[in-house]
Amino acid sequence: MSLYRMHILVCAGAGCITSGCKEVSEALKKALKENNLQNEIMVLETGCMGACELGPIAVIYPEGVFYKKLKPENMAEIVEEHVVKGRVVEKYLYKTPDEKIIKKINEIEFFKRQKKIVLRNCGFIDPTKIEEYIARDGYEACAKAFEMSKSEVIDIIKKSGLRGRGGGGFPAGVKWDFTSKSEGDQKYIVCNADEGDPGAFMDRSVLEGDPHLIIEGMMIAGYAVGANQGYVYCRAEYPLAIERLNLAIKQAEKYGLLGKNILGTDFSFNMDVRIGAGAFVCGEETALIESIEGKRGEPRPRPPYPAVKGLFNKPTVINNVETWANITYIIQHGWEHFRTIGTEKNPGTKVFALAGDITNAGLVEVPMGTSLREIVFDIGGGVLGGKKFKAAQTGGPSGGCIPAEHLDIKVDFDTLKTLGTMMGSGGLIVMSEDTCMVDLAKFFMQFCVDESCGKCVPCRIGTKRMYEILEKITSGRAEMEDLNRLRILASNIKEAALCGLGQTAPNPVLSTLRYFEDEYIEHIEKKKCKTKVCKALIKYEITEKCVGCGVCKRACPVNVISGERKEMHIIDQTACIKCGMCYDKCPFDAITVE
Amino acid sequence: MLNININGMDVKVEKGSTILEAANKIGLKIPTLCHIPEIQKIGACRMCLVDIEGNPKLQASCTTPVVDGMIVKTNTKKVRDTRKFVLELILSDHPTACLTCERNTRCELQTLAAELGVDIVPFRGATSSRGKDNDTLQLNYDGSKCIYCKRCETMCNEVQTVGAIFSQKRGFDSEVGTPFNLPFKDSVCTGCGQCVLNCPVGALKDNENIDEVWDAIYNPDKITVIQVAPSVRVTLGEEFGLKPGSIVTGKIFAAMRRMGFDHIFDTDFAADLTIMEEGYEFINRVKNGGTLPMITSCSPGWVNFIETFFPDLLPNLSTCKSPQQMQGAMVKTYFAEKMKLDPKKIVSISVMPCTAKKGEAKRPEMGRDGYSDVDIAITTREFAKMIRQSEIDFLNLPDEGPDDPIGISTGAGLIFGASGGVMEAALRTALEVIEGHEIKNVDYVGVRGLKLDGFKEATVSTQIDGNPVDVKVAVASGLGNARKLMEKVQAGEADYHFIEIMACPGGCIGGGGQPIPTTTEIRKQRIEGIYKGDKDMPIRKSHENPAIQVLYKEFLGEPNGHKAHELLHTHYTQQKYYENLKK
Amino acid sequence: MACECGNCIDYSVLDRIVEESRGKEGILINVLHSVQEHYGALTPDIQKRISDGLNIPLSQVYGTVTFYHFFTMVPKGKYVIKICTGTACYVRGANKLVENFVDKLGIEVGQTTNDGLFSLETVRCVGACSLAPVVTINDVDIYKRVSPKEIDGIIAGYRQKEAE
Repeated sequence: MSLYRMHILVCAGAGCITSGCKEVSEALKKALKENNLQNEIMVLETGCMGACELGPIAVIYPEGVFYKKLKPENMAEIVEEHVVKGRVVEKYLYKTPDEKIIKKINEIEFFKRQKKIVLRNCGFIDPTKIEEYIARDGYEACAKAFEMSKSEVIDIIKKSGLRGRGGGGFPAGVKWDFTSKSEGDQKYIVCNADEGDPGAFMDRSVLEGDPHLIIEGMMIAGYAVGANQGYVYCRAEYPLAIERLNLAIKQAEKYGLLGKNILGTDFSFNMDVRIGAGAFVCGEETALIESIEGKRGEPRPRPPYPAVKGLFNKPTVINNVETWANITYIIQHGWEHFRTIGTEKNPGTKVFALAGDITNAGLVEVPMGTSLREIVFDIGGGVLGGKKFKAAQTGGPSGGCIPAEHLDIKVDFDTLKTLGTMMGSGGLIVMSEDTCMVDLAKFFMQFCVDESCGKCVPCRIGTKRMYEILEKITSGRAEMEDLNRLRILASNIKEAALCGLGQTAPNPVLSTLRYFEDEYIEHIEKKKCKTKVCKALIKYEITEKCVGCGVCKRACPVNVISGERKEMHIIDQTACIKCGMCYDKCPFDAITVE
Repeated sequence: MLNININGMDVKVEKGSTILEAANKIGLKIPTLCHIPEIQKIGACRMCLVDIEGNPKLQASCTTPVVDGMIVKTNTKKVRDTRKFVLELILSDHPTACLTCERNTRCELQTLAAELGVDIVPFRGATSSRGKDNDTLQLNYDGSKCIYCKRCETMCNEVQTVGAIFSQKRGFDSEVGTPFNLPFKDSVCTGCGQCVLNCPVGALKDNENIDEVWDAIYNPDKITVIQVAPSVRVTLGEEFGLKPGSIVTGKIFAAMRRMGFDHIFDTDFAADLTIMEEGYEFINRVKNGGTLPMITSCSPGWVNFIETFFPDLLPNLSTCKSPQQMQGAMVKTYFAEKMKLDPKKIVSISVMPCTAKKGEAKRPEMGRDGYSDVDIAITTREFAKMIRQSEIDFLNLPDEGPDDPIGISTGAGLIFGASGGVMEAALRTALEVIEGHEIKNVDYVGVRGLKLDGFKEATVSTQIDGNPVDVKVAVASGLGNARKLMEKVQAGEADYHFIEIMACPGGCIGGGGQPIPTTTEIRKQRIEGIYKGDKDMPIRKSHENPAIQVLYKEFLGEPNGHKAHELLHTHYTQQKYYENLKK
Repeated sequence: MACECGNCIDYSVLDRIVEESRGKEGILINVLHSVQEHYGALTPDIQKRISDGLNIPLSQVYGTVTFYHFFTMVPKGKYVIKICTGTACYVRGANKLVENFVDKLGIEVGQTTNDGLFSLETVRCVGACSLAPVVTINDVDIYKRVSPKEIDGIIAGYRQKEAE
């Protein structure tokens, strides 16, 4: 094995692929070859490093120099300057908002404040090579676990206080314990990788960037509860994750880490990947089980819980990707250490997907209990374009908003719940003052209507009725009584729906009603949307500033602007579709929107 | 046993019981819509929500198992308000034209709305766009009334394993329907009607033929001849408030006479005739190495099923027509000849427990010279409706009998109405014929009773041509059980001589055309009625029916003879399905 | 053997997929995926063949196909445009993109242009939230931070590719 003088890690996470990292990586390899350095310098395409906003990214080790927003044509320069001559190329380095240049990755605030457990290998290893995972202590945890008794393993996970990262935060160890105590000749381990929560992509990053971590975590559970078959249920929208997982399973099988008598023990474990088919509800565990069974993804009533009667009616442990990603760490470092991270009732870290109107969009992993302010402003770099922070949305369509007044809360499962939202899978969407909260609620309700499986009445009909009322409000046809109806619908659906998704579907409405009721009232009583998002409530008008250039007239897709050249133009309000094209195009700011 | 406290009352229930079952035990009637006792527990309609101490949310009592020490309240304000809310939501997507609905006053949704005091539907909005199908012989579908309780789906898939309909799409647009929304007639639907029987509202109903019957009665050029199937006499009373299993045979004939039918007969007679033909067919098959096991063919839902799913077993099916068709054939030949009536003027009407009978009557092979054996088949429910339309005070009618000459029947004919009855009746006749002497015992209890899962088996020892033979028989009701049995036959794992199959659970007493509701408990009570009726009959063997003996002597000749074959037997063809779908 | 009339569809791949899957518990969805990938759509005829092959009632196959958004019964256009409408993309104006694409292509979401070139779809989060709003074409070409102004150019690019 040859030794390399330098390692260049190119982030090949989903964000960077979109930004063109493949071309960057190719150009890098080409430049190295041209300088005859291909045997001296190792180029690694890694999983997501998290700083998606800055992609494509390359980090050069051993120093850890961090280059951002690279283009293929930059790579020759970097090779010649940095690799050959040892001179860091400043112009591609990271700059803080106050223009300070930062050289090393671990000096950048975005990275500095993070604590990585789940993402500890993402961005450091080539996910297509099992050897790299093993080199970072991979498959040591399972070897360690196999030396313990089954109940010892369960005990460690229980004592670690690890809570399921998929939404509700149910203690993982308790699930394992129930399953191990359930009678059954056959048991299953299932990984929920149906990350349907729009705005969350951490599970994708783990699967693409560190697939063996999941396999090992599931194996340990298999050993502990007495299951010999695992399934990963991955959404079809993540083809790369599916490919990487299948590859990782093959590699593990080749190494004897999956299959019969693993590491010489009498424990056998096999894994299969099952692909989702575009149904958000399949993120609900019982619906997911139905879907693995090849059926329509309709949730089953609980009890019986999957731990008693799960996949193919056998006892089943089902956890999501991020939860599985914690297992090896806990086994390797012990539960006592794990509990030192995070808070008392919420040990460990949480990965957040920062998105929306935020400067440093990307993936971050922080200890539970980190304040929202630190996440959004210190790590996330604040609201995009210097706009005012209005709210952060967590928990996707099951969650709610956290307004500016609660920026200092410690983010964990329980605190979020008291604020009327929830952790969900960790999507954190930042919204600026330009966001209409009624429209946001409508957006989520539309989502719930589209994604309702239709099995139970409250969700099937109730979410539709809620959406219809929101539609009335945003189009100026509502009366105050509708607000009352909306509340009745929301509280009853919460009470009566069959599954967790139905029960939480009203949350975005309840939460926006809680913090932004005035916006609802303004929509209803004044027929006004101050953020100018709700089209039916706004009006585009051409003012006297108009010079008659005709740009707006040409831009209008429905031809409702009239006026002679060099004369003031006018919009036919009865036919205007309020697309805003004229407003966007007017070179003289002569068009107003009210 | 587990202890549970419901509304302050202690109840003991067996492990595995649900809260709903426990509540039923102390006489509580928790409202349900999507629940079918013992068959469907999906917790979808959310009507049966209850408050469980220590549980932050209300739980569906139909699916939640009792845990020892559980404390449950079923009637708190929160429970009532939430149930009412759910009902209001359902009603917001349901037409409120109750007065013109088939199920008016007998609709589960309407009843609940009244019970829970829904006086206004506070939510309004879009209604689901489910389709309609009026072009099927057996049933009608009006999707706008569907509340998506999935009871029909479960009956069609889990109980009957026909799989003609299933849930489709999702969310607000969800519906239960045929693949690609094909008309029912182009699907694998057998017409068994179990879906209709379990529909809580008016989304699925009979394809009604009442008007045609009235037209025939009012038409002076037509001669109306009516027959009534064995099981109807133990179920029709329910339509008029009597207990399931009450025997109303005499009132049925009295009602028919008052409604204006010209000639009134009993299908029990034809059931005896069927036994003669089928019994001799069986003996012939056993003696002459015919295809065994022989399988009964009197249930038209079953005949559709085997023609669709097990065409390779058609040679096993008895060639005998069903009693309905035999009766029809005799009416238009023997009876017409005897009474010097023009068979073309006769309108042959049957009152059946069955929706599939409507299809059977229309089979092209069932008739001759351009007329059908049976012209109109109506269900028990339709007949009850006609009685109500006739201003007849049913419960106070005197008991009357059918007309001569084909009016006499036996207990053997009557028990056709319950699963196992055809087998028992056949054994009563066949064994005496085989052995050539009277057999005292006529009760073959091994083939009786309601078996929802699996099938009944019995072995009867006899002698054929001096050799001892153990005749092995099996009886299945419900097409799911039939499927299991046929798979056994296909696999060569069944050495039965004779198999009786009825399409509906419990046999005709649980038929798709019977009064609603038809529950497991009600099926049992109806079966009791049947066997009570049998016990009280003066004659209990088909071959001892004097009218049958006269019929053979005067008209048919020998059982299985030439004339009998021509009039009373039929043939079967494989039913191809889902052909020519869009590529 | 494929028929040579030109109208018949060669089902050998479908039959092989079904053959390999028969008897495996809960395999229907995987089969639907593989078959759709090869044939482009799950037409009624294809569903019937799967139903027969796996011994699952056609009504259940159809019920499953219509439950999942991923399955389609009509073949899609050569270029499937997917606009991400996840929360991040929504916040950054995905709705405007949808309106614009609908306008420019003259089709609604879920439809295909008459020339068979473009299908328009919305998807629930492609997991590239940091680059919102995102549009993908055939899942391969990914456009990030798309503004309505770019749409003409995107469409024109593919049209030109076809013309060449």
